[in-house]
Amino acid sequence: MTKGEKKDLLKGILFTSPWLVGLSIFVIYPVVASFYYSFCYYSVLQPPRFIGLLNYRDLFTDPIFWKSLWNTAYFVIFMIPLGFVTSLSLAMLLNTKVRGMAFYRMIFFIPSLVPMVAGSLLWMWIFNGEYGLLNSFLVKIGIPNPPNWLMDVNFAKPAIIIMSLWGLGQTIVIYLAGLQDVPVTLIEAADLDGASWFDKLWNITIPMISPVIYFNIIMGIIGSFQIFAQAYIMTNGGPQRSTTFYALYLYQTAFEDFRMGYASAMAWILFVIILLLTMLVQRISKEKVYYHGG
Amino acid sequence: MMPQGKGIRFFTYLALTACSVVFALPFVWVMVTSLKPVEQTMTIPPTWVPKTYYIQVAGKKLEVKKGVVTQEAGVIAVVKDGPKRGERVFVADSQLKDGKALLQVQVADRIEENYYAVDIEKKVQPGWVQVIEKFSTQYEKVEPYWTFVPPQEVTEKVKFWFTNYLDVFAKIPFLNYAKNTLIVCILGVIGMTFSSALVAYGFSRITWKGRDFIFTLTLASMMIPFAVVMVPLYGVFKNFGWIGTLKPLWFPCFFGGAFNIFLLKQFFMTIPRDLTDAARVDGCNEFEIFWRIILPLSRPALSVVALFHFMYAWNDFMGPLIYLTNKDTYTLSLGLQVFQSQHGGTEWHLLMAASAMVLLPILILFFFAQKTFIQGVALTGLKE
Repeated sequence: MTKGEKKDLLKGILFTSPWLVGLSIFVIYPVVASFYYSFCYYSVLQPPRFIGLLNYRDLFTDPIFWKSLWNTAYFVIFMIPLGFVTSLSLAMLLNTKVRGMAFYRMIFFIPSLVPMVAGSLLWMWIFNGEYGLLNSFLVKIGIPNPPNWLMDVNFAKPAIIIMSLWGLGQTIVIYLAGLQDVPVTLIEAADLDGASWFDKLWNITIPMISPVIYFNIIMGIIGSFQIFAQAYIMTNGGPQRSTTFYALYLYQTAFEDFRMGYASAMAWILFVIILLLTMLVQRISKEKVYYHGG
Repeated sequence: MMPQGKGIRFFTYLALTACSVVFALPFVWVMVTSLKPVEQTMTIPPTWVPKTYYIQVAGKKLEVKKGVVTQEAGVIAVVKDGPKRGERVFVADSQLKDGKALLQVQVADRIEENYYAVDIEKKVQPGWVQVIEKFSTQYEKVEPYWTFVPPQEVTEKVKFWFTNYLDVFAKIPFLNYAKNTLIVCILGVIGMTFSSALVAYGFSRITWKGRDFIFTLTLASMMIPFAVVMVPLYGVFKNFGWIGTLKPLWFPCFFGGAFNIFLLKQFFMTIPRDLTDAARVDGCNEFEIFWRIILPLSRPALSVVALFHFMYAWNDFMGPLIYLTNKDTYTLSLGLQVFQSQHGGTEWHLLMAASAMVLLPILILFFFAQKTFIQGVALTGLKE
């Protein structure tokens, strides 16, 4: 190493030193420790005691674990496609050079800024079975017995999905930015060839914004798998555990039952699931995503 | 992208407007509910305008709230004997006999029905509505005056019950929660912005051995769900003696954050080398270059980082839920949730007033920094 290289190394380490410390204390150590805890019995009060694969074995026979996994899968399976269609449609509507686009964009964007607690309270009030806005509307349009959303085993999850769709503003803005980057010349050329609206959507727009779609779907999956606050606040996992999502059960295990080892094992399973899904999406995207301009 | 033409245009506006109404309606509903007295939040169907009601009593206007509508004729009477002596009651005609009224009274742990002598004050016709004197706040303990009147005698006026907002302050230490939230937000923003910039500089403008490896590690760390690090982090802060304090929520920010480092690194790389080389020739050291040249040129990216961290800290719920075990250190998010769980979803007007107060600063911030918000979001999505 030359003198200059040594000096640069020193400078580099000096500038990045806060992060090197932070990465070690707040990321690397916790990841390693959590992996170890997942093989331990650990209640915080006493030091962890190694128990091998017991936590993992117990998890596989824990009905609430499976229930929470199913609830989360349900949420992801509906949320990702619905979110994709809703946000892309709204972004496409916004991208038609309408007057007042900034205004409409603002309206769609603002709900995504609402603090989760305030948003949850607001939707609890809207979903309220007796005096709620939603049900009074449903009665008005001729649905005589609307469900008591958050209190109904079959409707609590859909209610949380509806609320989540309302908060999609950031995704809409990202799609809109992507759509605005699609070269007008391509669309014009297709128009000259007499392409239909659907042809243009399927053969030009979607391929051109595929990197953005890829990004949003990955972020959507990662986010949806960790859904927590809405369920904690609105239903606390009920009724009959129908909204006990994975992250909520994990939180309850760790900080209500203080079974930290068990919770760590759950966290690692979650990590592996997210990793596998991301890899799967990446694999699909290798064939389908088109990166223009490198 | 979309087919053109007048009909399509019209359809586009229609769809956009309809969707905007759906997206905006919940906000209107928060405001409307927060400005209603509690009994008006519980009407079927819901009403869109907060109101107040008046009746004339002895030539004077009295502000009232509406109660039940009686289906039966009856009387308002004052009880002359028994445990309810002196009380004003409504007695349906069917329960009235020879100037005596059939009343339910509690004796020990049972309810008994007996006839008691009453003085009749006023006759009530079917369809009359009960009106109850309305106080300015709901905490005054005096027995309110009530009576039954024909519905047409009740006059109404639009009134926004701003006193709900004052009631929130009386019920929860809102200002203390706000102070705690601001501490976490401001210290977090300062730490996060400065440290991430410093680190991003080290990753982008200096070439050193091991840099790329550590940067890859940094990117990889973004993949890790919070749940994985949650338990050991709790242990770390417990060892520091920080559980129950605000420190776990802002202290780590002073070490930077992976995503912000990544964002700023991308931005710093677009600043031409010539600029910094010239400064180096003039005798600037590395930190001066960072401070005097790179930072001033990176204002847009720095404001995105600062703004997004502020939003994150203001909205964060899980962090406070885990670390803040002491009521005095609650942030707004946690305080609001605890308020909700304690008041069992009955005082919706107060819950909505409190929610509105948590929401409002964010909306104000948005109106002042709209461009930064939109650019920031687009940036995070496209620079992937």
